[in-house]
Amino acid sequence: MLEQFPNISIAYGEILLSLGALVLLMVGVFKKDSVNLVSWLSVGFMAIALCLTMATPTVQTYTFSNLFVADDFTQYMKMLVLVAAALAVIMSREFFKLEGDERFEFPVLLVLATVGMMVMVSANDLMSLYMGIELQSLSLYVLAAFKRDSERSTEAGLKYFVLGALSSGILLYGCSLIYGFIGSTNFSSIGNVISNYGDHGAPIGVIIGLVFVLAGLAFKISAVPFHMWTPDVYEGSQTPVTAFFAVAPKVAALALLARTLYVPFGDMSASWSQVIIFMSVASMILGSFAAIMQTNIKRLMAYSSIGHVGFALLGLISGTSEGLRGLIIYMTIYLVMNVGMFVCIMSMRRKEDGMVEDIKELSGLAKTDPPLAAFISIFMFSLAGVPPLAGFFAKWYVIIPIVRDGNFILATIAVLASVVGAYYYIRIVKLMYFDEPVEKFISRKSYPMKIIVTLSALLVLAFIIPQVSNPVLEGATAAAQGLVSQ
Amino acid sequence: MIAAICFYIFATILVGSAIMVVFSKNPVHSVLFLILAFFNAAGLFVLLGAEFIAMILVIVYVGAVAVMFLFVVMMLDINFTELRKGVQDYLPIGLLIGVILMVEMIFIVGGWHMSDGIATIILAPTPPLSEVTNTDAIGRILYTDYIYLFQIAGLILLVAMIGAIVLTHRKRAGVKKQNIGDQVRRRRGQAYEAIDVKPGQGI
Repeated sequence: MLEQFPNISIAYGEILLSLGALVLLMVGVFKKDSVNLVSWLSVGFMAIALCLTMATPTVQTYTFSNLFVADDFTQYMKMLVLVAAALAVIMSREFFKLEGDERFEFPVLLVLATVGMMVMVSANDLMSLYMGIELQSLSLYVLAAFKRDSERSTEAGLKYFVLGALSSGILLYGCSLIYGFIGSTNFSSIGNVISNYGDHGAPIGVIIGLVFVLAGLAFKISAVPFHMWTPDVYEGSQTPVTAFFAVAPKVAALALLARTLYVPFGDMSASWSQVIIFMSVASMILGSFAAIMQTNIKRLMAYSSIGHVGFALLGLISGTSEGLRGLIIYMTIYLVMNVGMFVCIMSMRRKEDGMVEDIKELSGLAKTDPPLAAFISIFMFSLAGVPPLAGFFAKWYVIIPIVRDGNFILATIAVLASVVGAYYYIRIVKLMYFDEPVEKFISRKSYPMKIIVTLSALLVLAFIIPQVSNPVLEGATAAAQGLVSQ
Repeated sequence: MIAAICFYIFATILVGSAIMVVFSKNPVHSVLFLILAFFNAAGLFVLLGAEFIAMILVIVYVGAVAVMFLFVVMMLDINFTELRKGVQDYLPIGLLIGVILMVEMIFIVGGWHMSDGIATIILAPTPPLSEVTNTDAIGRILYTDYIYLFQIAGLILLVAMIGAIVLTHRKRAGVKKQNIGDQVRRRRGQAYEAIDVKPGQGI
């Protein structure tokens, strides 16, 4: 019997990147000293994949026997992932040139991780969900341990691997319970079965399975109480890898989490919303308080990312398209702020010490390097959520739906957590402007880095202007409606 | 009749060799008994009509896992008698756990039931064995319905391979590799030197 050939046109982006990774591997192996070429080629492939993703129809389409879905939501989230990945490759260029440890496998692994994330975003089945997560995580484990001569990097890789394997096990156990009790792994079928349960509710096995799946996914977005690996992995990995970890995998995993909660388990929101509320509140509080004590800037960013994930999760609680829109806007702005901040972190470099990561090294930066200090201040104020910067609007759009729902306690906790968080962000600004200067950083920044940091700072500053924010808001609205209408 | 005889032969050898895996003194013999156990288990699967699993068992477990065990046993210096010291002490608790596991399995099989309406939403209904073989049925859905997952699994294996190379492969200085061109180009003068040694003196 001849099967219908699957409609691959909506998966052109993934297919291009997969084939691209193979091409890059060949170029890297057979051409000597081709790190630069492979890196820029991978950026090119990502750019083409971005165009192909933008060209996919936004009408909801399934393919590969319903394992794969494309709609407004997947399109928007894939664009975020691709932009974050391409920026990480560009940022890695200068870093590895200075470190003198250039290997062409870095961009190849990054491309493969990106494919995994796109698979995650487009997953419409527990099986494709798992495959996407594995493809992404396996590449990330290797990237974390990429500097194999460094003890910290190896430790980061090993820790990430062991805990990631554990979380995959938990996730798979949840998937098997759901499959066992419902009889299907397909999101739409699971949704149908659950909506048929009616008043007497889903069997306990499905609820336990759902909680296990949530735990596995919480690991990937590093939400409390599954955040323990984050500070160590962020600190131990090389800075461009950390910059990548902080953004793209979280966007992909949050997109996956949103789809898993809204499509198959939309009718069980009473069961999962408590879990999400707990994770969100715990992440916001821990992210704010634990970051106060940090002395390493990368650890600080790790706790900051835990806190931000808590805020983003607020968007899922209400279960409406407005809340989801908040989450999408949050992740977009988070991407811009984080990319800019990590470019600044990467310029913390001295001639003899190499990279320095202690926060104290930023003392008096306003006197030794005023532009860098200005950029860091912009990102810090934005991460803290000070109006009129972009970070404020990110928080605004997730908290407003909560307030509309009448959930004032939650909204109060969120605002208080962001006030506490503001302390450690603004402490850095104080350190830069009011403390005694220490030795200068070497000021060597390539044009791509300068462009990235300037653009992201401009976006953060100009988000209040409707002409700048409207495309994001409109895209997020369409994306949110694309998912909720299912 | 023949099937029953085969079953008893396979089952007896399987249980016997499984016991020998645990009790034989020489670890290499243990691994060889393990391979024998795998072969007999494969035979049982063939009797059940699950020829695909039988083949996988032989290819994966015998071909890869058991051979790897053999490597580990032969290459690592592990003191197996030391490891086996406490067997007598732990035997009762081991037996107890075994019995508990068996009782639990009986409970599971006894309490097995399918939810209503499973048949209508099942993703890949199995065709009857008289129409297609297992291998055929798996191949048909693996390369059609699940081609997407199959390809991603391929990518995951590729990442595993790249990762292993990235994390372990080093360019070492002073590695001597065969260069056939150099070998062929070598002349007699480069290889040896004729020294006239005077008697009783040495070089």
